[in-house]
Amino acid sequence: MALAACAGSPTQTPGQGQSAPAATGATAGGTEVADAAVGKIYNPSDKKGGTLKMANTADWDSLDPGNTYYGYSLNFARLYGRALLMFKAAPGTDGNTLVPDLAESVGKASDDAKTWTYKLRKGVKFEDGTEVTSKDVAYAVARQFDKEIHPNGPTYLNALLDWPKGYKGAYKSKDADFSSAVETPDDQTIIFHLKEPFGLFDYIMQMPMTMPVPKDKDTGTKYQEHVISTGPYKFEKNEIGKGFTLVRNDQWDPATDPNRPALPDRIEVQTGVNADDVDNRLISGDVHIAVDGLGIGNAALPKVLPDPALKARTDNPVQQRTWYTSIIPDVAPLDNVECRRAIAFAADRNSLYRAYGGETGGVITTSLIPPSMAGYKPIDLYKSEGDKGDVEKAKAALAKCGQPNGFETNIAYRTERTKEKAAAESLQQSLARVGIKLTLKPYPQDDYFALYAGKPSYVKENKIGLAINGWGSDYPDTYGFMQAITDSRDIRDAGNYNLSVKIPEVDKMIDQIKAEPDAAKRADMWSQIDHMVIDQAVVMPSVASKALYMRGKGLTNLFISDSQQMYDYVGVGVQQ
Amino acid sequence: MVTYIIRRVIGALAMLLIVSIVTFAIFFLVPRLAGATPEAFAARYVGRGASMDTIRLVAERLGFYDPVAVQYGRFLKGIVAGTEYDTGAGVDHCPAPCFGYSFITQQPVWPNLMDRSRVTLSLGIGAAVLWLVGGVATGVLSALRRGSFFDRSAMGIALAGVSLPIFFTGMISLSIFSYGLGWTAPGGAWVDVTIDPLQWAYNLLLPWITLALLFAATYARLTRAGMLETMGEDYIRTARAKGLVERGVVVKHGLRAALTPIVTVFGLDFGLLMGGAVLTESTFSLNGLGKYAVDAIKNNDLPAVMGVTLLAALFVVVANLVVDLLYAVVDPRVRLA
Repeated sequence: MALAACAGSPTQTPGQGQSAPAATGATAGGTEVADAAVGKIYNPSDKKGGTLKMANTADWDSLDPGNTYYGYSLNFARLYGRALLMFKAAPGTDGNTLVPDLAESVGKASDDAKTWTYKLRKGVKFEDGTEVTSKDVAYAVARQFDKEIHPNGPTYLNALLDWPKGYKGAYKSKDADFSSAVETPDDQTIIFHLKEPFGLFDYIMQMPMTMPVPKDKDTGTKYQEHVISTGPYKFEKNEIGKGFTLVRNDQWDPATDPNRPALPDRIEVQTGVNADDVDNRLISGDVHIAVDGLGIGNAALPKVLPDPALKARTDNPVQQRTWYTSIIPDVAPLDNVECRRAIAFAADRNSLYRAYGGETGGVITTSLIPPSMAGYKPIDLYKSEGDKGDVEKAKAALAKCGQPNGFETNIAYRTERTKEKAAAESLQQSLARVGIKLTLKPYPQDDYFALYAGKPSYVKENKIGLAINGWGSDYPDTYGFMQAITDSRDIRDAGNYNLSVKIPEVDKMIDQIKAEPDAAKRADMWSQIDHMVIDQAVVMPSVASKALYMRGKGLTNLFISDSQQMYDYVGVGVQQ
Repeated sequence: MVTYIIRRVIGALAMLLIVSIVTFAIFFLVPRLAGATPEAFAARYVGRGASMDTIRLVAERLGFYDPVAVQYGRFLKGIVAGTEYDTGAGVDHCPAPCFGYSFITQQPVWPNLMDRSRVTLSLGIGAAVLWLVGGVATGVLSALRRGSFFDRSAMGIALAGVSLPIFFTGMISLSIFSYGLGWTAPGGAWVDVTIDPLQWAYNLLLPWITLALLFAATYARLTRAGMLETMGEDYIRTARAKGLVERGVVVKHGLRAALTPIVTVFGLDFGLLMGGAVLTESTFSLNGLGKYAVDAIKNNDLPAVMGVTLLAALFVVVANLVVDLLYAVVDPRVRLA
């Protein structure tokens, strides 16, 4: 990798999945090795039993499969629910594979990729013993349509399917016929009708919105209190805001489910636990896994990193998440591409890398697409000695822009995020070398996109030339990562994650990608888009994020899969 | 006496009304000054990448399009007369006093408050007993042995106790006593007293001590000062001259007089315990009112914020009332006409 040659940069190859994952044990006889769950299985085992203890520093957006979007929730929901498809519970890139779950096979698309058909497996039951039919899946899709009741979940299906005019979802349009969107010709078949061709529909079908919900048990906003399970575990007790317990679902038949080893007998989850306390409990062994997948907090880092015994119990994978700075062309003089390029040349990327936590925080990246995703290519447009920035080239660009002495602008970041503050300060220092004067503008993260850095009118009025941002993927396809932050047609009055990328050629190419069945060609087009965005200097990538996870004591069969970007909760077990 | 109590209750209600208006205003008016539209408010309560339609639906559902006064009126009406909540699949009745449903979890606030107040009460009562007994006893002993090694070291520890923040002492004691030595329960341990009183006390021991340490210090110093003053009074000399045993002198005559300011402070402290509970519960991951308040504020969960603020205000008001009534018992001089 070209990155490894940079002085002071991490030498680790980006992307935990670069080497073929080997399903061999990294540990023997209790010796702990760092990164033992990255790209391979830590302590492989198929022994069942025991109680898995998990702690969450915050709380689920919802346990209702039709109303959840948090990454760890999508990972976790597979323990109590079965969607049509799922990501294979396997380490590294192998975990990117879509496998049939409730369905017998992946979707069968019509030639125009507008009609997708799935056949359900026979013998799958709800926890009360009722057999799951395609009607239960159709109902689940229709109920999540009502975003007034279920505002948290992904909106993909509302946007993609050909819903009847004026349809308001399963509650308000109770007996309406929605077969133009979802059809169930028999109990084992479900057909989805799309408005436009969409070749990646299978990726949507693995999300929890397709987990079946029995109509007569649906209690709307209260369904989260007792989700009717189809997976290997069901809720024994659920106290929202405090935690819950999962026990084995005796109606789950492993013969219908080749994907889930279902090792623990019981899973106990505490929510709203003090983040520092979670780290302490991971270290002491009182908790097995921090369920939120955010990694070790700042308070515990100085304790864990210098201690070889503790560091050996960590996993430090590169994630499908990029930390970057938006360079906003709406704010003069950044409407001139040369002024934007001056910023990209002058920035000290080594200093930015350290701002984002250094070795354990990420790897320096020059492209927006994360290293483990299709279409990733290093983009060497703004290369400099030791990644410290090229002052001469920056000055030349400034001269071309007509601002030879530099200019003044503002940089926005989220107040609560210390790393983003450090990144903004780093840019302030390195850009000052060429006369570009930055004023730091911290904003509260809750309203960052709704009121400030994501609101075009605010950005223009307040001359926010730069904004610190970050983005992670919904599902491990480049479309899921790139579309939301490069398609200018999605820019609205407020709440934008992207408002700096507004390139007509990029929009056109995204449409071509949607219709392109060949994955290699899609990847190539994404590379081109990435290159255009970086060349236009409307986005300046800093690091491909790495997370530092701590393994509790006594875990078995633990691994990080590329699709989940954290420990895979379907595979894991505990020693007894 | 009866008119006095009635007057105080009316005053308390007015106070609560003001607190609720101020909380409501802060929540809605401050962001509005920063340019927040109803949609911008609603954008906090939807998932990532939600469409504008979703945001509008949620703004409508949460009533953000109505004037703030109308929204406030609806809140008051819920408390007095209860309200109804559309769950999609049906209608949920929320009987008075209904503090509404959480914007985040869509759960009714009131049952949550009641459930969590058990934790905060357990924490508060246990800690109060510890700090009262510990603080007053230390104060009395210090006063009687003024200038001794005990006096000096006790007052030194007391000073440290008031100065160290709970999140510091809590985290340190957790990692030493719970995770290091294994003597006490880990963070987040909780069993209701009605289920297993011993386990209840064991789980709460460390939070009790941590919280009590903060308050005990004040009491030790207050008691010491009060005792030193009263023990120098003429009537103490008289009592001794009468031939009363020293224990009787100290407890009946000395301590009783020194107790009046302690009761005042205790009443206020117990009411203000929420402040200490916020930190203790967050540090020890106890699901009480304090942590509920923190989570509610972090999540911009207005109904939850309103509920917990009003409950805390009620606590303070009631504690003050009780203190005023207790005065009459402790100190006959202030008995009301």
